Amino acid sequence: MTEFLRLTIYGIPVAAIYFVAASGLVVTYQTSGIFNFAHGAIGMIAAFVYWELRVQHHWPAPLALFVVIVVLAPLFGAVIERVLIRRLRGATLATTLVVTIALLALLIGVAQKIWKPESRFLPGFFAGNTFDVLDVSVSWHQAITVIVAGVVALGLWLFLRFTRTGIAMRAVVDDRDLAALNGVRPGRVASLSWMIGCMLAAVSGILLASVIPLDIIPLTLLVINAYAAAMVGRLRSLPLTLVGALILGLLSQYVPTYVPKLFAHNTLPNWLGGLNEALPVLMLFVVLLLLPEAKARAGRINVGARLQVPSLRASLIGAALLIIGAGFASQLLSAILLPKFATAIALAVIILSLVPLIGWAGQVSLCPYAFAGLGAYAMSRWGGGGSPVGLIAAIVLAGVVGALVALPALRLRGLYLGLITLAFGVLAEKMIFRQEYFFPQGSITVRHLDIGFDRLDLGVTRFNSAELYFMVLAIAYALVAVLLLAMRRGPFGRRLAAMRDSPAACATLGLNLTSTKLEVFALSAAIGGVGGALLGGQQVSVAADFFTMAAGLTIVLLLVVGGVATVTGALFAAVLFAYLQILGNDHSWITWIVVVAPALGAIALAKNPDGAVVDIANRFRAIAARLRERGGGIDARVVDPLTRLDDLPLGAPLDSDQARALDRVLDIEEVDCLAAAEH
Amino acid sequence: MPLLSIEDVTVTFGGLHALEQVNMQVEAGRVGGLIGPNGAGKTTLFNVITGLQDTKRGRVTLDGRNISKLPTHERARRGLARTFQRLEVFGSLTVRENLLTAAEIRKSWARDGSNTHAVAEEVLERVGLREVADEQVDNLPTGTARLVELGRALATRPKVLLLDEPSSGLNEREAQMFGELLLALAAEGLAILLVEHDVKLVMTICSHIHVLDFGQVIASGSPDHVQRDPQVQAAYLGTVEATSA
Repeated sequence: MTEFLRLTIYGIPVAAIYFVAASGLVVTYQTSGIFNFAHGAIGMIAAFVYWELRVQHHWPAPLALFVVIVVLAPLFGAVIERVLIRRLRGATLATTLVVTIALLALLIGVAQKIWKPESRFLPGFFAGNTFDVLDVSVSWHQAITVIVAGVVALGLWLFLRFTRTGIAMRAVVDDRDLAALNGVRPGRVASLSWMIGCMLAAVSGILLASVIPLDIIPLTLLVINAYAAAMVGRLRSLPLTLVGALILGLLSQYVPTYVPKLFAHNTLPNWLGGLNEALPVLMLFVVLLLLPEAKARAGRINVGARLQVPSLRASLIGAALLIIGAGFASQLLSAILLPKFATAIALAVIILSLVPLIGWAGQVSLCPYAFAGLGAYAMSRWGGGGSPVGLIAAIVLAGVVGALVALPALRLRGLYLGLITLAFGVLAEKMIFRQEYFFPQGSITVRHLDIGFDRLDLGVTRFNSAELYFMVLAIAYALVAVLLLAMRRGPFGRRLAAMRDSPAACATLGLNLTSTKLEVFALSAAIGGVGGALLGGQQVSVAADFFTMAAGLTIVLLLVVGGVATVTGALFAAVLFAYLQILGNDHSWITWIVVVAPALGAIALAKNPDGAVVDIANRFRAIAARLRERGGGIDARVVDPLTRLDDLPLGAPLDSDQARALDRVLDIEEVDCLAAAEH
Repeated sequence: MPLLSIEDVTVTFGGLHALEQVNMQVEAGRVGGLIGPNGAGKTTLFNVITGLQDTKRGRVTLDGRNISKLPTHERARRGLARTFQRLEVFGSLTVRENLLTAAEIRKSWARDGSNTHAVAEEVLERVGLREVADEQVDNLPTGTARLVELGRALATRPKVLLLDEPSSGLNEREAQMFGELLLALAAEGLAILLVEHDVKLVMTICSHIHVLDFGQVIASGSPDHVQRDPQVQAAYLGTVEATSA
């Protein structure tokens, strides 16, 4: 009983931290409709800055706290709201998720550049002082944590219920446009909510960092654990979030103590090895499973550009050029550079796996590396000496697991799919890949895919085994890209585009959204498996901690940089990434580009959801059109209805393009008003 | 027997009764009208029928079968199709692709081996979209985009068609042609329920009109009957005191 009491009392401060973190998430999600995946990273950065001031520069705690929590964190919140979030109105869900993930990766990258790994220690508040509660010794830090959570809960409640600004915030949630009509400034309200969200992230980060070692990834992930608590409140209700945080806090104490007792020798069996660490994501899984099914909603306008899908002929020519180019590259690149670019192509296949899912169907997966890891495992286990059976096993295993993972979330809206895949990424990292069964002694050996010969003499030039594998990778990439494009041009591809544009309309045409999403998710996972098997072959020895969730986010970001919906973008981004890394070896400032590029990509994405490749292509087209125009050719001006309205000449008759643009923008509300006025 | 019947449907949003004990029937071969001021609950009713909105009470039957518990796509497969007041086109696809996709979706559940390209071409012709067939729908004017939604619904070969303000954005001549198209479709046996602000259009082509106000059916009957109804006049024009005040 004393043990139970002790665990319960210790669980409460843990719950308190989770509550503070989760309430920050809820506040920002509530007012801006954007789930901030970078919440944990913001908390982490705040903790590091606090450590810098408090420990390195010996600032007094109150001053350091004031600077971090009251000055820097809100400032940062205001800046990201202004620079990133505000541009995201009307963007697809996939875009909004990916942008905050880019921010997450940016912050992790920046932290890793500034704070090299070393053991750091942040003292708790009034460290060493304890007092007794029911014979259980409690530290002042724990008590303060609980008090802080209480103040946050009460403060938020009072703020949202009784202050003018708080009520305005709730009004913006209910109906942004209506609130604006009533004199609320949605921009200011959103800005404020991000400031509060970042403050709360900072508070939770600092509280947490005094309890665990100050380390970048663990700290970031621990705040991610608060997702489970926020989800209990369905990202809306703060009281339910508190309940969720309590459950999570208590479980985090009970499970490590009581669960082992269920087994022989009071120890967890191997297959449950990562249970304690994975507990919050398991809880997230369960909570998502219990959420009621979401209905397709009408009235949400997705701004989606039309993508020129290359014809079969064009895609075959592209593939052939790529393979020929790869042939030359394999002969020209040095033995040191070749493997780096080979890795890049394998990564490009994994990036490609996200194109149909994120780019075409508008669904999100944040665990491409989990499926890649399964693919590498399948190749190692069933591909023995590089047999194609291994590749098939990779496709099947990753595809089936993908379907099983996604099934519970597909009933729900897109955000939950993002969350459940994130949870699965962590779960795979902590509970699957650490198993002896999957990665004996922490690593596996993956062979090159066997193509029947391991050297090739063409007379003019010879290919050794590394060069041949480079070619295998290039051909695999080209093949997957050509197949995907063929699919995109067919009925299934059209259906995905339709689903992205309007899920509600698809449902009213008889399309089962859940099974369609399941198909594309399984397809994506299967391609990820292939990529993993190929990447594994390039690495030969693959460590269990290679396919982590955090590392997998790089894949998502490269996708963003290249363009979520193009197959060429994947290769472009991966090769650019490899190139920058290589350059970074000689010029360390370039590694900063690698760190910052994702964020720039994200900012570009917020502005132009179709990514770099499409952007470049559009620019070329615009230049070509301008040249034609100068030469007296046809007028190739394109009126973009949403951005060029300001350019319309007032007082002059409109041409047909301009009239259309006007019609699009004025659209339905105006018609409604006119109709209402008539009556 | 009516093809579609709505019985006792009640929907609440918080304390607001968006629909209260609504009863309505739509018969095969007829165009029924559903009119009412903004916010009366017309679109909500469409959402209820198609399963995009849960009800507090009531049931929807299609062809004698209770479909109240079915998900949206299952209802569509039993012959229900609709358009949306706020456009829900597949904006990144062309007009032809919109229709083709609808036909393909139908083929995937009907498994009737129909020629989807032929269906798309036929519908293009029927709703008069041939000239803009290869235009991306996002670039079309609203009125034309509404026709795309109609065509897309027709490509699933429905029994019941729910149209939510389909003629807004059309000019008078287009609206007249549109009315003729609806009558022709009804003559082929389709049951149509039309939400429309264009009173002239409604009065010309509908055989039966339901008037919804504040979530309740305040009148129901032939166009003449409904037009003379004092409650309807009050709902639309306000009472004499209210307007003079």
